[in-house]
Amino acid sequence: MKALTTIQSRFVPINIENIDTDQIIPARFLKATTKDGFGKNLFRDWRYYNDDESKTRADFPLNMSQFDGEILVAGKNFGCGSSREHAAWSILDAGFRVVVSSFFADIFKNNALNNGVLPVQVSDEFLQQIFLQDNNTELTIDLQNQTITINSTGEQEHFEISNYKKTCLLNGYDDIDYLLSVKKDIENYETVNNL
Amino acid sequence: MSKTLFEKIWEKHIVKTIDDGPSVLYIDRHFIHEVTSPQAFTGLNKRGIKVLRPQQTIATADHNVPTLNQHLPIKEELSRLQVEALKTNCAEHGIELYGLGHPYQGIVHVIGPELGITQPGMTIVCGDSHTSTHGAFGSIAFGIGTSEVEMVFASQCLLQSKPKLMRINVDGKLNNGVVSKDIVLYILSKITASGATGYAVEFAGAAIRSLSMEARMTICNMSIEMGGRCGLIAPDETTFEYIQGKPLAPKGEKWQASLNNWKSLYSDDNTVFDKEYFFNAADIQPMITYGTNPGMGIGVSENIPTTETINENDKSGLAKSLAYMGLQQGVAIKGQKIDYVFIGSCTNSRIEDLRMVASFVKGKKKADDVEVWIVPGSKQVEAQAIKEGIDKIFEEAGFQLRQPGCSACLGMNEDKIPAGKYCISTSNRNFEGRQGAGARTLLASPLTAAAAAITGFVTDVRELLN
Ligand code: SF4
Repeated sequence: MKALTTIQSRFVPINIENIDTDQIIPARFLKATTKDGFGKNLFRDWRYYNDDESKTRADFPLNMSQFDGEILVAGKNFGCGSSREHAAWSILDAGFRVVVSSFFADIFKNNALNNGVLPVQVSDEFLQQIFLQDNNTELTIDLQNQTITINSTGEQEHFEISNYKKTCLLNGYDDIDYLLSVKKDIENYETVNNL
Repeated sequence: MSKTLFEKIWEKHIVKTIDDGPSVLYIDRHFIHEVTSPQAFTGLNKRGIKVLRPQQTIATADHNVPTLNQHLPIKEELSRLQVEALKTNCAEHGIELYGLGHPYQGIVHVIGPELGITQPGMTIVCGDSHTSTHGAFGSIAFGIGTSEVEMVFASQCLLQSKPKLMRINVDGKLNNGVVSKDIVLYILSKITASGATGYAVEFAGAAIRSLSMEARMTICNMSIEMGGRCGLIAPDETTFEYIQGKPLAPKGEKWQASLNNWKSLYSDDNTVFDKEYFFNAADIQPMITYGTNPGMGIGVSENIPTTETINENDKSGLAKSLAYMGLQQGVAIKGQKIDYVFIGSCTNSRIEDLRMVASFVKGKKKADDVEVWIVPGSKQVEAQAIKEGIDKIFEEAGFQLRQPGCSACLGMNEDKIPAGKYCISTSNRNFEGRQGAGARTLLASPLTAAAAAITGFVTDVRELLN
């Protein structure tokens, strides 16, 4: 997993609520047996008409050249639905390291963190402020201090993340490394519980 | 100190807790399938390690499999490769696979319970969000991502933070024509598709208690649609009776010991939940969804809401949703033309669902321009249906009884609903494109779906019952 400390970048706004993982990556693209190459199918059915790459939807932010950056900003309840980690893989593969929303579905949040993508949960008001900014505005996400800043206005908000997850992300460690390191405790548990 | 059902199970499974961080939670049973496991096996192989507890891991092929001619090689190449990869990986790691051709094959959330693998008090995970289904037995069961599948492979544990606790009580008696799917669609319409995010949800109350195990599974299955981390129901005599005698259930002395243990699994009196809801079963009508998330549901005889009448959560999405669905604000949904009927998925593909549909359609015929697919949840369900002659009833009604799998629930195999067509479906998700690009899904109970199959329109099933 790639470490993440501070991200300063422009952002791509998708001002839609309840974006489910079937929209992020439709099921027909889940047939791969590796984690690579999902980025090109991110939001596939919102990017193209009739699944045809030559028919792009000009009004979808990912297709609009004025938007760019490593930060995806989306409406409330992002990532609901299926547990497919392919959603996190496709976001990462498309070049995003941070997703900002005012609410995240649980499984998506875990999946993102397990892949070095930081979900930043902000208040509804702060989210609306971001959506009001023009396309040149940069956001700064400082993981150490747990802050997100709108650079042009200086508005800032604190976001939550568990200390454990923060340390993992700052250092690029993953949970498996940790779990393998406590194997003795796990075996003890099994013995005590007759498993 | 009084404890909730969830806490009793949770605490028993904690191996250790990281200061100001998550706990290492021990996992009793790990179900896997072909779609979310290959990358986890690759991860293990890269680390040069094996699955730690293969005997606690159970595999099946369900998401990708065709529902016709399962004895032939899978035509679609990528699907075939995924199913083959599962086979190879299971063989390499010593995992039992109920693959195509096996008499136990089926949708992972159907086979776990029917084989007696799912038991009260367990922690159960699977790389699939509808793992919440298994909570109907009084277990902590939840969906995980592929990295987490790899963690369970490697350590039989997961790092988890304790969720908040919610209880949803449904008391009173159900109306005629109203079944468990209607209960859960009703709850969803009240608390919305994100109403339980961050919570473990316990379902309780007289109306829940009165349900069979299969009906309870339908409710817990859709707790993820409320955003819930998991859904659970305290085990009782109904639960024990269901499990006893199942192929992999405890037997003899072990059965008695398990039973004693299971009887302590309930939320103590006076336990306080972070959030609690109370509903009355008598208020629930046959339900149907009109929009593109499962919280967008109404009584089948009600009108589609307008921007004025809809809840805050779905207000901003209403216009986009209805445009996708080709429906109008404020008009009746009853009478909406239907093109496809799909009765299946881990929500409603068990033998009781098929029996319910069969007893309703017996002697009736489907509408001419409607295509009806019945996809049993497992080989065992299929065999039982044939044994009971349910297949004949379907055949006479013009319904196609297919072979087990996820099928049109997510359209990963050939079973896709064409763009723009309306499908009344007993599955759990009506997201844009879920059943095929451009497909329009209306979620409902097996009874309401069967009624639409007969008339060709969205119908209030009560008008056809006697
Ligand atoms: S039937 Fe549908 S919801 Fe259930 S496991 Fe299969 S794809 Fe998932």
